Amino acid sequence: MNAAADNPLVQFKNVSVSLSGNPILSNLDLTVERGETLVLLGESGCGKTTTLKLVNRLLQPTLGEVMVEGKSTTAWDPIALRRHIGYVIQEGGLFPHFTIARNVGLVPSLSGWEEARIDDRVRELLNLVGLDPDRFAERYPRQLSGGQRQRVGVARALAADPPLMLLDEPFGALDPLTRASLQREFADLSRRLGKTAILVTHDVREALALADRVGLMHKGRLLLLESPDGFRASNNPQARAYLETLE
Amino acid sequence: MSFWQFLQSNWPELVTLIREHLVLVFISIVVAVAIGVPTGILLTRYRAWRGPVLGIANVMQTIPSLALFGFLIPVPFIGGIGTRTALVALVLYSLLPIIRNTVTGILGVEPSVREAAVAMGMTDSQVLRQVELPLAAGVIVTGVRVATVIAVGVTTIAAAVGAGGLGVYIFRGLRQYDNNLLLAGAVSAALLALAADFLLGLIERRFSYERARKRTVSLKVVFAVFALLVALGVAFWQFSKSPATANRVVVGSKDFTESALLAEILAQMLEARGVTVERRFELGGNLPHEAMVSGTLDLYPEYTGTSYTAILRHTPITDPRAVYEQVKREYADNFKVEVSSPLGFENTFAILVRGNDARQLNLKTISDAAPQTPKWRAGFGQDFMSRADGYPGFSKAYNLNFAEVREMDLSLTYIALSSRQVDLIAGNSTEGRIAQLDLVQLADDRRYFPPYEAVYLIRQDTLARTPQLREAVARLANAISTEEMRQLNYEIDGNKRDPKEVVRTWLAQKQF
Repeated sequence: MNAAADNPLVQFKNVSVSLSGNPILSNLDLTVERGETLVLLGESGCGKTTTLKLVNRLLQPTLGEVMVEGKSTTAWDPIALRRHIGYVIQEGGLFPHFTIARNVGLVPSLSGWEEARIDDRVRELLNLVGLDPDRFAERYPRQLSGGQRQRVGVARALAADPPLMLLDEPFGALDPLTRASLQREFADLSRRLGKTAILVTHDVREALALADRVGLMHKGRLLLLESPDGFRASNNPQARAYLETLE
Repeated sequence: MSFWQFLQSNWPELVTLIREHLVLVFISIVVAVAIGVPTGILLTRYRAWRGPVLGIANVMQTIPSLALFGFLIPVPFIGGIGTRTALVALVLYSLLPIIRNTVTGILGVEPSVREAAVAMGMTDSQVLRQVELPLAAGVIVTGVRVATVIAVGVTTIAAAVGAGGLGVYIFRGLRQYDNNLLLAGAVSAALLALAADFLLGLIERRFSYERARKRTVSLKVVFAVFALLVALGVAFWQFSKSPATANRVVVGSKDFTESALLAEILAQMLEARGVTVERRFELGGNLPHEAMVSGTLDLYPEYTGTSYTAILRHTPITDPRAVYEQVKREYADNFKVEVSSPLGFENTFAILVRGNDARQLNLKTISDAAPQTPKWRAGFGQDFMSRADGYPGFSKAYNLNFAEVREMDLSLTYIALSSRQVDLIAGNSTEGRIAQLDLVQLADDRRYFPPYEAVYLIRQDTLARTPQLREAVARLANAISTEEMRQLNYEIDGNKRDPKEVVRTWLAQKQF
């Protein structure tokens, strides 16, 4: 085991973010363990997406430090950092002018892989997310359904085999049936691949179904960090409010 | 002559003009894209520059094209007359739509797509080249398409600075009141604009990713069309270059038939003497003078009275000898330009009325007509309305009081008079249509108009290095009478004959 592996994969050390004077995130301390799926739960504007973007340095902390593999994100080369982290957003954020194959093979091709190796990897990943490569590889995103696009988004994030995945409301735009089946497949996949994942959602059902730990965020603060069972048992009024929607 | 016959007999010239037109448009658009797209990209990166730069480009487009050409003439390096000036003006006009659409196209890329690109670990230049530019390409091509259609239109004005193109036919057609010329110029320009619009529309459609495409144009076709355009452009450009020789004389003319005729006469005589001639005819306003002084033109035909009042800014006087001597002296001192001997005729303002009116009212002189003017409408060219020896002094000298004064294009005033739209005009004494339309010239009995003797204005250094030029000009001294000039003008304006042919015949008769 090398030294980097001894460090937590992601660690927030007393991190605050303000944008033009408005606090977005206050005094966040959080450690993400290797192999776990951490779900950040909260309504819009609570700072959960900001937290996610701090990890791959789409944003930088105003105060404090975000460490990835023991190194502050500001000390990382941002390009290397981002190619080291998979990123999935709502609707997949696919490039409309690229074929599915080119979308999935993007990070490998940016990293200079050989073409044959990229092709193999793309087929492998499309199979992994349940899309037949022969049918889908040469299509364009607009020719796919929302659920299919989301699968491609996940495949793209996994392409360079990053140890960490960031997912920002990945299933938010899908119809309930597709959402449920994709959630199941994702849980299965992340367990099988042993990836560490940070997932952001406002859907408590999704949080409890996928999380190893749930972090409840409200107005820029982390109120609660618990296992799903701990969350269900919590007396925190915000957590109770969420749980009531389940009944 | 029917339009069809006109096309048949003028086909080679029309093709040349179309070629010149395309070359101008093509080069200016290529340059405008090369400048505009990078500028647009920079503006998406540096927000603070966006307002000022787009503002300047906006202002450029609001300047009337003829005025922009005018501003550019005295500017060193990029100015002067001819192709270069036209290209500069065309590029300035084309920049706005290209810059604006580049900015709009790039900023219009879905934020989530751009964010995904950054999050995938693309560098800024990779985001630009692989995501932003391809997705903005459709909008950028729309900008190029708009710019091209505008450029095809503005290029017709380029003829005013001697850059050629279809505007030559349009200007000539307006001047000679020749619908065939007008049609050939305007219809060709319109067809070029439509063709450019269609081709670029094909390319544009190639770049729409969001909408499902029913029929797509393959990238190969787009490249083929583009390559074809490049090849045509290069071929035309090569073809239109004239060989540069040391012994080359650039002959200019003003933008009316007689000036072009006089220029053509000297041009053909020089060519017969083995001198290479470059023709820069039909230049508007003060352009020929400016161009000659700045050295882009070696000579052009002028009238002593015009030089005396419009260039040297003296108050008009009536003694022909005194005017000629003073013009000759001041041109030598101020501009290093020699004034040739008078060619033998005067082209003064001719105050014209309908033959019928003249006979009924027994009008011989302008003074005879003065009492009629409160019942009359007058039609004058823009030139006559504004110049020192024009309308203001004229109406005062004869105490004229018109019911209405209309300012219109000079060449249209003859038709306006004969068709009773107006009752009195100020035409040219050598105008060929005077006899044809049964117009009568009233005598300038108070000798108001200064003398307008035709001469050539020639740069001294050109005369020094071209002995053939001095000899040819000497032979033309006192060689053309007013009647002869009227006849020559009529051959072109009235009988619609080709000026080159008319000059050739005349030179052969005269044995010059």
